[in-house]
Amino acid sequence: MAKLILQNVEKRYETFHAIKGIDLSIDDREFVVFVGPSGCGKTTLLRMIAGLEDITGGDFSIDGVRANDIPPDKRGLAMVFQTYALYPHMTVAENMGFALKMAKVPRDEIKAKVAHAAAMLQLDKVLDRRPKALSGGQRQRVAIGRAIVRNPKGFLFDEPLSNLDAALRVQMRTELVKLNKQLQTTMIYVTHDQIEAMTMADRIVVLHAGIVEQVGSPLELYNNPANLFVAGFIGSPKMNLLEGVVTARDDQHVEVKLDDAGTVAVMAARIAVAPGTRVTVGMRPEHTALVSDGPIGGVADFVEHLGNETLVYVKRPDGRQMIVKADDLAGVRMGDAVTMAPKGDRSVLFGPDGKALLRREFHLH
Amino acid sequence: MDQGVAVTNTSTEVRSGRSARQVNTLPLLLPAVILLLLWSILPLLRTIFYSFENYNLMTPPAVFNGGLNYRYLFTDISTWIAIKNSVVLVLGVLAASVIFGTLIALLLNNDFPGRNIARLLAIAPFFVMSPVAALIWKNLLLDPVSGLFGWFMTLLGLHPIAWFSTAPMLSVVMIYSWRWIPFATLILLTALQSLDTDQLEAARMDGAKGFARLRYIVLPHLLRPISIVIMLESIFLLSAFAVIYTTTNGGPGDATTTLTYLIFIKALNDFSIGSASAAGVFAIVLANVLAMFLIRAVSRNLQA
Ligand SMILES: Nc1ncnc2c1ncn2[C@@H]1O[C@H](COP(=O)(O)OP(=O)(O)OP(=O)(O)O)[C@@H](O)[C@H]1O
Ligand SMILES: [Mg+2]
Repeated sequence: MAKLILQNVEKRYETFHAIKGIDLSIDDREFVVFVGPSGCGKTTLLRMIAGLEDITGGDFSIDGVRANDIPPDKRGLAMVFQTYALYPHMTVAENMGFALKMAKVPRDEIKAKVAHAAAMLQLDKVLDRRPKALSGGQRQRVAIGRAIVRNPKGFLFDEPLSNLDAALRVQMRTELVKLNKQLQTTMIYVTHDQIEAMTMADRIVVLHAGIVEQVGSPLELYNNPANLFVAGFIGSPKMNLLEGVVTARDDQHVEVKLDDAGTVAVMAARIAVAPGTRVTVGMRPEHTALVSDGPIGGVADFVEHLGNETLVYVKRPDGRQMIVKADDLAGVRMGDAVTMAPKGDRSVLFGPDGKALLRREFHLH
Repeated sequence: MDQGVAVTNTSTEVRSGRSARQVNTLPLLLPAVILLLLWSILPLLRTIFYSFENYNLMTPPAVFNGGLNYRYLFTDISTWIAIKNSVVLVLGVLAASVIFGTLIALLLNNDFPGRNIARLLAIAPFFVMSPVAALIWKNLLLDPVSGLFGWFMTLLGLHPIAWFSTAPMLSVVMIYSWRWIPFATLILLTALQSLDTDQLEAARMDGAKGFARLRYIVLPHLLRPISIVIMLESIFLLSAFAVIYTTTNGGPGDATTTLTYLIFIKALNDFSIGSASAAGVFAIVLANVLAMFLIRAVSRNLQA
């Protein structure tokens, strides 16, 4: 059980306002990922939740109890550090049992709990080794084991996979998600890798310069980014953003005359936007098609064949780049003139303030 | 196919590289080895040679007298007293510098105003030469009439004592500790600063506070630097001489005559080069045995 609620939480360093008022409610058993560019305050926020960093404003509560001033070991949260922070002079078993030893748990009980966690993480064979004699993946698991043994209400991870190689990272990713289901505890996971965020999270919190830009499920963020920042940050390759002016609308669509290009129709059934408004149209590369006689023109600058699909980097007349994800048989070569059009009513509209105009309900089948 | 070829290529390269490394390196080492021989082995051989002679500067010439010097050395009670004194001095100063060095380093590692100046002052005694340190203590601190310690004792209504005659060994240990605690502090403070902050924070999350943190996280981290302090200080303290010479002259009686000081007395007071050399050879053997144990202990620590 751990329901964490942050209300207008702030962090001011002497010279720097790192977290500028965050409201967030994290449900029991949820897997929440904090994602954002470097320096946006992910680590700071996580450390404030852990109790390693003072909260300088606002309220933080765990299961309804105000926790601002509860010391870190009494919050019932366990943290896994990016550098693992294993104790080098203790064996794996001692590392994992240390918190229990500090809590004066009887020795037999510690041993049983460590053995249980070690079995779960396949560490039984290395319990007597020092951290030095372990591989990176094993160290990572010991750090997780150290957290599990405490039987915490919630786990906090600060970029725990960034020191692992790509294959191991993918494997640990699924193992962590499984662990979340198995242990039935809340997990908060910090990363700057949006693919990690998309694949692991129940909900993603996008942070930017100390504020929350958007909170939502991975698909919500992907399909309905709340603003230009989220649109650009989530999704790889990046969403294409084209500016233009609304010229007409009917009850289903608006027509946008793009700068340096023709007119595109964007599905906008339930939004009010008057003709004459300057807007930005967002089209993901996979929702952009190469067509003959499309409204958007350019020259294929670079073509990447990935096997199952082809990425075409198109240089527009104004010098900006657009990316189109086409199928593997697209016969485009470098230097070809191409035209493009949005595909399947999936484009998103952003107003002059950078906020999304279009908030479609998206239903998964 | 390509890969297979590449692999064989590299392996032959490695093999030829290894055989190239097997060239005879002795000629290259020789200049250094010869220099080392001239500098240290020759005097050693010379000392061993003298130790088998009846060689007194007042009654030349020197004559071979078999193991007589050694027989006198081992039957002379003052040899064993000197060894005991050396052991007391080394262990006393080591204990003081490890205990106080750790405590001071822990204090100085905290954040407080004027920390840098405090650190500098704490380290400063190490840069004072031994004879100067000895004179400061002898004349300004321990002197029964004009010394600071005596003044304190009179304040408390006690009789000031003549330190160098009532507690001579303690006084010498104090002076050497005053010089060597800063050294230990310096090394241990640097070690404390290299303690990973993530580890400390993990300990905080695990609920290790105060003494538990010291006992399970900080002290284990300091084990290696402490063993290095012990090794280095032992080497220097075994040959400690200047403070004893400046303050007690090995006295009163033989209360502060260490093995090093005994050799000095034999050679330069009694002009007995033969028996001084025998004591010297004995000291070298002792020091090497000690060094062997220390290095073994330290290297075990370094491996862990
Ligand atoms: N002690 C401090 N004093 C002043 N500013 C700080 C302090 N610690 C962090 N900051 C600032 O707070 C901001 C957020 O830092 P934080 O470590 O949370 O970033 P992050 O999102 O985790 O970035 P990264 O992805 O690079 O780890 C940064 O701009 C950083 O410079
Ligand atoms: Mg960070």
